[in-house]
Amino acid sequence: MSTATQTAPGDFWEVEPHHHHEGASTSIGFWIYLMSDCLMFAVLFAVFGVLGGSYAAGPGPKDLFDLELVALNTAFLLLSSITYGFAMLAMVKENTRGTLMWLGITLVFGLLFLAVEIYEFQHLIHLGAGPQRSAFLSAFFALVGTHGLHVAFGCLWLVTLMIQIRQRGLIPANRRRLACLSMFWHFLDVIWIGVFTFVYLLGMI
Amino acid sequence: MAVPSDIQTTFLLGRLDWNAIPQDPIVWATGVVVAIGGAGLLWMLHKYRLWSYLWHEWFTTVDHKKIGIMYVVLALVMFVRGFADAIMMRLQQAIAFGGSEGYLNSHHYDQIFSAHGVIMIFFVAMPFVTGLMNYVVPLQIGARDVSFPFLNNLSFWMTVGGAVLVMMSLFVGEFAQTGWLAFPPLSGIGYSPYVGVDYYIWGLQVAGVGTTLSGINLLVTIIKMRAPGMTMMRMPIFTWTSLCTNILIVASFPVLTATLVLLTLDRYVGTNFFTNDLGGNAMMYVNLIWIWGHPEVYILILPLFGVYSEVVATFTGKRLFGYTSMVYATVCITILSYLVWLHHFFTMGSGASVNSFFGITTMIISVPTGAKIFNWLFTMYRSRIRFELPMMWTIAFMLTFVIGGMTGVLLAVPPADFVLHNSLFLVAHFHNVIIGGVLFGLFAAVYYWWPKAFGFRLDPWWGKVSFWFWVVGFWTAFAPLYILGLMGVTRRVRVFDDPSLQIWFVIAAFGAVLIAIGIAAMFIQFGVSIARRDQLRDETGDPWDGRTLEWATSSPPPAYNFAFTPVSHGLDTWWDMKRYGQTRPRAAYVPIHMPRNTGTGVIIAGLSTICGFALVWYIWWLAALAFAGIVVASILHTFNYARDYHIPAEEVRATEDARDRQLASAGV
Repeated sequence: MSTATQTAPGDFWEVEPHHHHEGASTSIGFWIYLMSDCLMFAVLFAVFGVLGGSYAAGPGPKDLFDLELVALNTAFLLLSSITYGFAMLAMVKENTRGTLMWLGITLVFGLLFLAVEIYEFQHLIHLGAGPQRSAFLSAFFALVGTHGLHVAFGCLWLVTLMIQIRQRGLIPANRRRLACLSMFWHFLDVIWIGVFTFVYLLGMI
Repeated sequence: MAVPSDIQTTFLLGRLDWNAIPQDPIVWATGVVVAIGGAGLLWMLHKYRLWSYLWHEWFTTVDHKKIGIMYVVLALVMFVRGFADAIMMRLQQAIAFGGSEGYLNSHHYDQIFSAHGVIMIFFVAMPFVTGLMNYVVPLQIGARDVSFPFLNNLSFWMTVGGAVLVMMSLFVGEFAQTGWLAFPPLSGIGYSPYVGVDYYIWGLQVAGVGTTLSGINLLVTIIKMRAPGMTMMRMPIFTWTSLCTNILIVASFPVLTATLVLLTLDRYVGTNFFTNDLGGNAMMYVNLIWIWGHPEVYILILPLFGVYSEVVATFTGKRLFGYTSMVYATVCITILSYLVWLHHFFTMGSGASVNSFFGITTMIISVPTGAKIFNWLFTMYRSRIRFELPMMWTIAFMLTFVIGGMTGVLLAVPPADFVLHNSLFLVAHFHNVIIGGVLFGLFAAVYYWWPKAFGFRLDPWWGKVSFWFWVVGFWTAFAPLYILGLMGVTRRVRVFDDPSLQIWFVIAAFGAVLIAIGIAAMFIQFGVSIARRDQLRDETGDPWDGRTLEWATSSPPPAYNFAFTPVSHGLDTWWDMKRYGQTRPRAAYVPIHMPRNTGTGVIIAGLSTICGFALVWYIWWLAALAFAGIVVASILHTFNYARDYHIPAEEVRATEDARDRQLASAGV
């Protein structure tokens, strides 16, 4: 600093065209979005933590949860993450048909998960244990339902993306989208593991 | 469904009927004025055939500069509304003595103080700050746009959608009467059975989507799009504070969204999150909303700390004193802002240990903030300060904000807070820091960057009129509230019994009138400056002898900002360029890759606004339709793969040649 030379420390302008990698920011942008989504779930988990014991003289977890059904559902979701992983592997190998096939299988698992969840919700409401019954049930339905809504949107996105891959193949834009949905899908898996542990397993103790 | 029995609901229009029109002459008069003004505006747009221009050049733009300007215009429009609320409250409180009921009934008055807070925070301060960051940050880091230009456009229109819903509540139905944070059980369906809280909820949710997306966008832009050589510790300080602000946005707005969703479920579905019965817990809402709410105030103030830093360095002609400590102070404040939320409700009764913890963390925040004040002072020390308006605002800020900060530290002492909680002392405190910190900084920023955005300076004389009326008016309006608060007067009171208090409210109302003159002077300043733009013209692009990269390009900058990417070798890159005599290169121009305009943002935000309106009024079919429309429009947008175009090299050459001639005529 003290030697005030007037020679510039280097070029101040890039004369050669500066190529920004197309879509270079997408994955980090999507990842940050997922972290913000994660905070929404954090709130819902915290709310469940506060209200999880407020049964208001109504039914509690032991009266309501069917762990075998939930285990089945968990298996569906975990398997769908594996099959999504296979879809990504097929994508890396430029195998469009394989990618589409594994995405289709992932979609089936996702829909099965949703079907079981809708059945569970309907069963609870039928028992008179709807979200209005107690703060515990409000928190339960909000947390599990929000996760379910995310899976539903993931399925919609999956269908959209399958159409786009059929139309245009595994072009860079579609690969990027596949990678984003992959993050989304695995993220929902991670959240579900939290739900399974804190809501269902701890509830049954 | 928890619908009160006395409100009729039909399939076609939900709860909407003729009773939704408020039976209030004040609202009627306002409605007539707005209708005449709106019709006049539409007629002007039609007469001068501006629709096509506005649609193609502004509404559908993905250019961060134009979006930034639109954000600021939105903020200024909403500022007028928010201030109208303020002066109505001041007038009411100044006359409602000695048996007088004043001129506002309680239903109307309660809506006004709620709307004032909501509008000033969500639809003035937030869009103003976001607009500023949008305009300045990409230029400061030498980028051509933000990372996700379409999302930027969508974010803006979502913010507009939220503002439209809040404004609509004035003429159709009612606004919340709950205060700006809508605490339950007051905001529950039992105590707020009509549409006011629903307008609040959906207005904030629609705008909140925009805020979160714009936070992600700017965060990624700063992380990924910096010019070569611009390491984190070479970023301009405004970019640093913007980075921290956007981290706070991304890490706090989801909490607001989730909390409002739970309140929505309580109101619409009949769940029991925050109810008084069946296990609900209203204090959980207060905790959650302040977990968002406290970071929110730092979201507002941090970028302005950045503005003051830029202004002080520029107008003293010196490198900012303690740049590194300034960065670390900003990061400290960012982290600490998450550890203080409970100081907003010490009176909840969480016990001495919890209250002490939050009292101490609150006091600790004043340490990095104090470090910043000293850095600015040491930058100014023994320098040749140019007292242009931004510098005047900065000095006014330092004097005002330090006092606001000290009253904040007083409130951070839990026993003192038990006395002062919800008093006018608190009201005076947060206006002291928000007006003295955020608003003064925004005015400094407008004056500082206006020449960059439009190519001419603002008229300094009207600026000084505005400055003096604002600063004097602020103290006249809020010093009495400190005194009243210490005497035990609580906030949000409509009618008073004790005649000895009246003089203070009259003084405060007089202060509000002074502020009104300051605001008028500011708008006159804009008008006068636009009329005299040829005399105020700046050809250099660098009217203040600036230090950072936004001054390295023309004013206003071309769509692509920089024909060639700048390279940073240290802090204050533009200052270095000037020091080493580095001028713009005139090498072979190449086509520049830019994002293409799109109307999808307007469409999705428009549908979201309709969806919000339908949900407010229980028009379920319309809500379902609008929601389906949002999903379909979003999916269709993803089928459009052609989102970019190239500015031809000849056009770049023509623009840059014109810039050369401009610089030559300016004698640079």
